[in-house]
Parts: sequence; structure tokens; C-alpha cells
Amino acid sequence: MKILKLVSGLSIVVLILLVGIFSFLGKIEVTTMKMLMLIGTLLWFVTTPFWMKEQE
Amino acid sequence: MAEYQENLGAIDDASGGEYERTPVPKSKLKGWKSFLGMYAGEHAAGTEFMIGPLFLAAGASLQDLIFGLLLGNILAILTWRYIVAPIAVSSKLTLYYQLEKIAGKNLVKIYNVVNGILFCFLAGAMITVSATAVGIPFNVSFSVPDSIFGLSSGAFSMIVVVVGLVMTAVAAAGYNTVSKFANIAAPWMIIVFAVCGISALSQMEVDSWNSLLTEWDKGINVVQSINGKVDFGFWKIVIFSWLCNAAMHFGMADLTIMRFAKDTRAGWGPSIGMFLGHYMAWICASFMLAAQIKLTGDISANPGAMAWSVVGWTGIICVIVAGWTTANPTIYRAGLAFQSLFPVKSKAYSGVILAGIVATAAGIFPSLSGKLLDFVGLYGAILGPMGGVIFVNHYLAKKMNFTQDYADKKETGFNTTVLLAWLIPVALGLYFIFAQGLFPAYAVIPSWLASCVLYVVIMKFKKS
Repeated sequence: MKILKLVSGLSIVVLILLVGIFSFLGKIEVTTMKMLMLIGTLLWFVTTPFWMKEQE
Repeated sequence: MAEYQENLGAIDDASGGEYERTPVPKSKLKGWKSFLGMYAGEHAAGTEFMIGPLFLAAGASLQDLIFGLLLGNILAILTWRYIVAPIAVSSKLTLYYQLEKIAGKNLVKIYNVVNGILFCFLAGAMITVSATAVGIPFNVSFSVPDSIFGLSSGAFSMIVVVVGLVMTAVAAAGYNTVSKFANIAAPWMIIVFAVCGISALSQMEVDSWNSLLTEWDKGINVVQSINGKVDFGFWKIVIFSWLCNAAMHFGMADLTIMRFAKDTRAGWGPSIGMFLGHYMAWICASFMLAAQIKLTGDISANPGAMAWSVVGWTGIICVIVAGWTTANPTIYRAGLAFQSLFPVKSKAYSGVILAGIVATAAGIFPSLSGKLLDFVGLYGAILGPMGGVIFVNHYLAKKMNFTQDYADKKETGFNTTVLLAWLIPVALGLYFIFAQGLFPAYAVIPSWLASCVLYVVIMKFKKS
């Protein structure tokens, strides 16, 4: 569960938030940003239900 | 927002529907920190995609928006802390049971139906929001007609109907799953809101505070060159952001949630949620419209198109999820309110189906969602005054020597004093809103105070 938690945390912090910031800073292309954000989104929804259910 | 809120269901579920007619026992009380988390997800909802851009569309300056929202949100949090939490912690009853004890069962039914109708319009706006995103992959355009009951394109109306019916079917099946899904989506949604704002800044090629102000002002100029000059100044923003959830704080709807609080510190619970949803999310969403105006010159607040433009598919998913997780529990709650209109033997989901149909019908008219700033003010102006009655009953009844919990003590199902104390201020408020053009949020506090005074005066006059 700890790994899943880590993956879902990284998925929104790195693949969505940081990627958004990097794109703003011009380090990442907009199309790459959109693709990485979609991957982050999918990862979040695949992993989060497992550890959230466990926590409940 | 407001709008609310949808994840309220979480705590209702946690209680398993228990303690609806008894005070919450000590063993079930929660510390104030649990309220921080719960409210955090609650105020980042589908409505934020709509409300944020409307500030720019209404001509608010960026400085006024930033400082006005700051002050308004602080005032809202203080209202929860010092008006709602003390009563909730002391009585530990739901709004409805508390109201039943004061107003009587039959009057609460009327209040419920009014609440249900307003919920339907809110859900309708969220169906429209979700439909704007669903339409993007199908290249279905979304236009806001001038007249309130004007329609958008036929294809868009069809999408609204399909989205509305799906949401209604899910709500009729019960909303536990949606409520759980909303909890899962909440942290993701908050981050996506933030990135939408960041990406919009990038689209506007903003690299300093001054360049942001320039782009914002250009956006306002474009809007005003089309819509004419309008004024949405600092104090209007303060009042709106303070009172857009008036039904929940001044109107005491959140007694139902805060009755689970161990102490009054739970009143600070909405603080993080308010600053994420009604500050960060609104500002980020308004940046999306500024970016859209710069890129296309289009001034319509179309959440689906704006989110698609800034973050692509993630934005589309976010708008659909945000609209869905807001609309679904709203339809469910409106359905519960309407259920009392059906015969006892009717199916449990009859009310939800009726609510879903009304919400879908409302969603077909895009202008209604475009009037969300007015609608949430109206919502508070209609439901808020009932909170004044509860406030007076709690604090002043004993001190001023009239009967506390009148309907309960006198065993009546309809307390006409409450009806008058509620209806007179609401009727006056509606007159000023619709006949005199008053901004609806301005009516909330005068109506609330009038309701307090009327309840005291009539109760004393009746020598109750």
C-alpha cells in the first residue's frame, strides 16, 4: 500500500503539478505537458482507490 | 463552492443516517482536524469552473479579485466559526430536526421543497458544465443565448439531456459510489485547478505581475466592448465570496455536519477548503477565460473549451468529474426533499427522478449557468433567513422570555411565526432583487437580520 500511495502522490505532484510548472517555465513543450498530465491522471485514478479503501 | 456540497454526504454516510432525531453521542464526535479534510474537497467543485471566469466577464479588476476574495473568504470562515459551530456543538442536531422543533413538521416540508427546487437549478448548472466538456470531442459548440430561457445548439441540448439522464440514473441508484469517487477525485481536482491557472498564464505569455495585469485589463476591455461597461468592484466581490455559501453558514445548513464536532474549533474546518476552492480555484479559472479571450477573442465562459485549451484531455476529464460529483449528490438531495410530495407507497427513487428531470430541464438553458453569480446569492437570500430564526431560538428565546423550540413544546406541526419571519424578509428581498435589480448577495444579511428581529417581535407580541 505504501508503494501505491507513493505512486499516486507522485502522479499528481510530479506528473501534473511539476510538469505544469515546468511548462510555464518553458522547459517542457505544451503537448508533452498535456500527455504527461493525462498519464498522471490515469495513474491517480488507478492507484488511489486501493489505498484510500484500505485507509477507510 | 458552494455549491455545494456535495460531499456533505460523506458525513451523512459516516453516520449511517443515524442520529437524525437525537443528539450525536460523545463516542461519535470528531476532532476539528477531520473537518479540515472534509471541507477541502467540498469547496473545489464544478461550480468553481463557472464562477471564476464570471468575475472577469463581470469586469472585476485583478487586484479587487485577489484582495476581495481574501477578505470575503475570511468573513465566511468567521461566520462558520462564530455563528454555526457554537449552535451545532451545543445542540448536536441536524438542521432539519432543529428546524422541526422550532417550525413544525409541515413547515419544514415546505422549506425542504424550496430547498429542493434551488438544488435542482444548481444541479442543472453543473449538468451544463459537464456537457460543455462532453461536447468537445464531438466538436459540439456551446453558445450562451441572450435570453435566460434561450437554447444553445440542438446538439448541445441533446448532450445536456443525455448527461442529465445518466446523472439522474446514477443518483437514483444511490450516491454512495459517487460520494466515494468524489473523495478520490478531490485532491487530483485541486491540483488540476492549479495547473489550469498556471497553464493559462503560460498561454497569455505572462512573465511578471505587470504583464498579468495588462493581459487581465485587455480581457476586461474586450468583454466590456461586447457586453457594455459593468461594475464588479471590491466590496461586491467581498460580499459575494462571503455570502455565496450563506445557506450553509447564515442559513445553518452546516449544523448537519458540525453536529459531529467535539468542540467549536470545527468552525475553522472550512478554512482550507475555502482558500483552495473559492480563492485559488476561482482565480485559476478566471485566468483560463483571460487566456481564451487573448487567444480567440471569445468571451463566453465555456468550462469545457477553456480546460481543453489549457491542459487537454485532463481538463476535459476534470470538468466532467467536477460537474458530475457536484450535480449527483445535489440531485440526490433535491430528490430526498421532493420525496415528501409523493405518496408513502411510491418508490424510494421517485423524488430523485423528479429532481433529475427538473435539473436536466434547467441545464438545457445555458444562460442559467451563466447567471451563477446571481443564483448563489439568491440561494442564500431565500434559505439564509431561516438560519436567523434558529439563531434567535438558540441565543435569545430564554433571555427574552419566549418559548424555545416552540413547535416541539406546543406540539404543533406549523409555526406561523416562523413562516412570517422567513417569508416577509424573503419576499422583500426578492422584490428588491427582481424589481429593483439588487445584486442578490446584497439581500442576504438584511434578510437574515430582519428574520431575527421579526421572530423576536412576533413571539413577544404573541406572548409565546
